[in-house]
Amino acid sequence: MLVIEDLHVEVGKVPILKGINLEINDGETHILLGPNGGGKTTLLMSIMGLPRYKITRGKIYFKGMDITNLPPNERAKMGIGIMFQKPPSIRGVKLYQIGEITLRDGNDGDKIRNYAEMLNLINHLDRDLNYGFSGGELKRSELFQLLCQRPELVLLDEPESGVDLDNIALIGNVINELLNKVDRIKSRRSSGIIVTHTGYILEYVNADKGHVIMDGKIICHGSPRDLFEEIRKYGYGRCVECL
Amino acid sequence: MSVISISRREELKRLAESAKDKKALYGEDIDLSVFEEPEEKESVDEISKLPPEIQNIAVSSGIDITEKDRAGSFVQLDHSVIYQKIQSAYKGQLEIMSTTDALEKYPELEEYWWKAVRVDQDKYTAYAELHPVHGYFIRVFPGQKVDRAIQACLLLQENAKMQNVHNIVIIEEGASAQLITGCSIAPKVKEGIHIGISEFYVKRGAKLVFTMIHNWAEGFHVRPRTGIIVEDNGVYINNYVLLKPVKSIQSFPTAILEGENSKAVFNSLIYGLKDSVIDIGSRIILRGKNSAGEAISRAIVADRSKIYARGTLIAQNDDSRAHLDCRGILFSDEGMMYAIPELVADKSPKSILSHEAAIGPIAEEEIEYLMTRGLSKEEAVSLITQGFMDVKILGLPKHLEDYIRRMIELTQKESM
Repeated sequence: MLVIEDLHVEVGKVPILKGINLEINDGETHILLGPNGGGKTTLLMSIMGLPRYKITRGKIYFKGMDITNLPPNERAKMGIGIMFQKPPSIRGVKLYQIGEITLRDGNDGDKIRNYAEMLNLINHLDRDLNYGFSGGELKRSELFQLLCQRPELVLLDEPESGVDLDNIALIGNVINELLNKVDRIKSRRSSGIIVTHTGYILEYVNADKGHVIMDGKIICHGSPRDLFEEIRKYGYGRCVECL
Repeated sequence: MSVISISRREELKRLAESAKDKKALYGEDIDLSVFEEPEEKESVDEISKLPPEIQNIAVSSGIDITEKDRAGSFVQLDHSVIYQKIQSAYKGQLEIMSTTDALEKYPELEEYWWKAVRVDQDKYTAYAELHPVHGYFIRVFPGQKVDRAIQACLLLQENAKMQNVHNIVIIEEGASAQLITGCSIAPKVKEGIHIGISEFYVKRGAKLVFTMIHNWAEGFHVRPRTGIIVEDNGVYINNYVLLKPVKSIQSFPTAILEGENSKAVFNSLIYGLKDSVIDIGSRIILRGKNSAGEAISRAIVADRSKIYARGTLIAQNDDSRAHLDCRGILFSDEGMMYAIPELVADKSPKSILSHEAAIGPIAEEEIEYLMTRGLSKEEAVSLITQGFMDVKILGLPKHLEDYIRRMIELTQKESM
């Protein structure tokens, strides 16, 4: 589904990613771990194609197509969707409108309301997008938009940060729905990359592979739980030895 | 013949004469002598009998020529009242006529004539008094809730002419109404001036929603002068929409909240295009106990336009509160926006006045966010702009809200 080759990315002329190679197959969920500033978010933004993240070398292929130079809207239409860690608010644009825009299989008011209900956002549909939303509401708003969009590749940037325990279960369930975790393994189509700091989300969402990103490089691969266990015990200090 | 007393008429004339060369405090000074007064025209008994050209320009400023969703209509073309009607279901609820006729019919109009606007405010008010040519008189009778909008249309058909009107609207005790005024000109009108005096009186427990849609031309000057007096528990809502180029417009309506629990809200949606110089303000004077005000302004500066967005809140009673919210977006590096919020607490230490004013571009972050949801850059800018010019703040009936939304979309497409 996604192949990244030797990806180098700059933000404001500062090199952040320094040669990332990654392959994600259909139905796989990968976890990205790493200290702050290591390049996790930059990798997600580069896959989504945000213009501030300038690709200086390397290629990104999605479903066999070179998307390295495509704008984000083209990538969204091809089936890539993202949950931002800190999404902006847009006054005057209603959450309901974004539901209508992102629904890939045609405008359907019932679907929009069902998804909003699933995420306890019915009363937010007529509100300005993300304006005045609490931390948990922001996460749910992002997931609502992804449910409408139904991307084949789901990029989730710290889905559990700033969310209370009650909401983490809800968020975990919706992520499982997005990643077809309820389906049989063989028939799962959607893939995902989850950036997590705390690892709490692993209590609710099973991931297939884990990677540690430090200083713009993937320095370690392994089972997500094993990696997280190691980091919990020793911190990222031990990872530095692998650089 | 006006029934206003001779002494009052003489006083008004004297005041007007003294102010006929008085420059307005704001806006470009206009030489009124270069414009001619148009001729009087015949009236009709049905809007559909108006020439198609006139019907088209009326529609372009939000007027419903079918009158399906209207309680009554008034149309003035140049200097002539050419149509006035109350739908049969609304007879007995309100009256509509020219102010000339009203002045002949009702001696009590002296109580309202030049009471909310000063005749000697400037040369434009003075001109309107010295050269009176109609305008609308609308009165909603006590306790009547007029559930469909009343529409008034002020049109100018001839080039390089002047239209001046003096409107009086009285919403009697416990009554409510919605008035839509469309002002527009024929395509052949390239230049000219419109002076509009409007005095609105909202009595105890009454409510008026007044929506003004302006549709002028690149060489056209506009000088409205508006005053509103609101009594106990009265509510006045003023919506102003300008989405077409104009040479210059300068207007600073003032609502005086005399009554206890009275309220005034001003909402403006302004799209500055070409070389327009737009100076629009709203002033709320809070005199009544527990009076409240709000002024919301959204402005987009495109091309070489200049927008001055003024807002003044004056608290003269301790238990009053009001808020100003003024925001602007500059789409052009040749345009200018000047936001001037003013808060005055006058011997009212417990009054609460606040404002927020912001001018800035559309944040790249917002555009990029919407692009990740599948919108192109142009579509994202368009959606954010339409959200910024949020028609819902006007609280209009759906068909008019849809109409203004379509106008904004069209204006935006043409300007980008």
